[in-house]
Amino acid sequence: MNQTSQLTPVQGPLGKNDIAALIARDIPQGAFVNLGIGQPTLVADHLPADSGVVLHTENGMLNMGPAARDGQVDPDLTNAGKVPVTELPGAAYFHHADSFAMMRGGHLDICVLGAFQVSTAGDLANWHTGAPDAIPAVGGAMDLAIGAKQVFVMMTLFTKDGTPKLVPECSYPLTGLGCVDRVYTDLAVFDITAEGISVRETFGTTVDDLATRLNLPLLPATG
Amino acid sequence: MSMQLCDHADEAVADVEDGSTVLVGGFGMAGMPVELIDALIRQGATDLTVVSNNAGNGDTGLAALLAKGRVRKVVCSFPRQADSYVFDELYRAGKIDLEVVPQGNLAERMRAAGAGIGAFYCPTGAGTLLAEGKETRVIDGRTYVLEYPIKGDVALIGAHRADRMGNLVYRKTARNFGPVMATAATTVIAQVREVVDTGALDPEAVVTPGIFVDRVVQEADRA
Repeated sequence: MNQTSQLTPVQGPLGKNDIAALIARDIPQGAFVNLGIGQPTLVADHLPADSGVVLHTENGMLNMGPAARDGQVDPDLTNAGKVPVTELPGAAYFHHADSFAMMRGGHLDICVLGAFQVSTAGDLANWHTGAPDAIPAVGGAMDLAIGAKQVFVMMTLFTKDGTPKLVPECSYPLTGLGCVDRVYTDLAVFDITAEGISVRETFGTTVDDLATRLNLPLLPATG
Repeated sequence: MSMQLCDHADEAVADVEDGSTVLVGGFGMAGMPVELIDALIRQGATDLTVVSNNAGNGDTGLAALLAKGRVRKVVCSFPRQADSYVFDELYRAGKIDLEVVPQGNLAERMRAAGAGIGAFYCPTGAGTLLAEGKETRVIDGRTYVLEYPIKGDVALIGAHRADRMGNLVYRKTARNFGPVMATAATTVIAQVREVVDTGALDPEAVVTPGIFVDRVVQEADRA
């Protein structure tokens, strides 16, 4: 029987759960990982039970478990999005200064963040639209962006009106400079490299088509 | 000075002065010292600067203090949430000042205050709106921003248990900012679920040593 573990659907565009599965596939065994608020939390659902991945939540916990079900809710135990969660065996609690020292000190292997825009230089914009009536709120995004050893972004490649979110320069206020390593989208996965943007995989499209739609030079995957 | 065990939250906050900087623990509602905040509302101190991760949730706790018009300025990382309508309305009406601080900087600036550090260079936020006007220095090729301590006149924190020496233990992610704030204010007041006899806490498990704690009050609904 020829059974392969083909996790990557080739048809695009991918849904958010498909993108989350791709990211989960690329997280190494035993990595320490922070999943940002919102869609990145979906990645946890796709990590294999034996992955050994340790989830960090910036409000002071390592080895966070899944969201609490009815009867498990404990007001003293939430994730960074204030959602009640659970603890896994081997969990540890710590205060906020230690939690952010784990980021800035280079102890966290990967963080996965959402984004409004990513630039070709790896600049990230994900905290503020800059709109005059918007109330700015940054949370831990800036600390994560510059702290984790690798920063993965999870986003759609275009806004609902078709505007690219992978851009020559961010127009939204920045979260961090040159901090993004890889961008997972519904149409392709990109690496931000010193030589430029390299396309790792495409879903239902081609590198040439994406280069045209993004109006950016793209490098094929280097393998 | 040894720790003062207060019979009631009103006694614990009786001397908070108008114009004080008040550090308020909690991440969302986890670890929020609601009874101390309610007592502060009854006490009437006004023109306060509140330092807390969020700017109030719903109608209780910090949100209730804001709603009474007692707070001149909020220093926080994440004011805008689904249920932060009290703050949102005050902010949009120009009735409250806001300083947004990246979450790790908020913690580390208080840690610095509590540890006697005059200022520190931190990479978080370099090149972003939140570092505008701040001194920077390039160290080993990386840009760091000079950040100053945040010191409180008063800290109001929530903990799980205290002994009669003021030693504190916390529970799960309700620990969050408590241990850092406990070091960073002139007068530190802890609301706890249970006061136990001296000797009843495992010294190896104490998170906040009593030297940092000035007053303890047991939650009224558990007394």
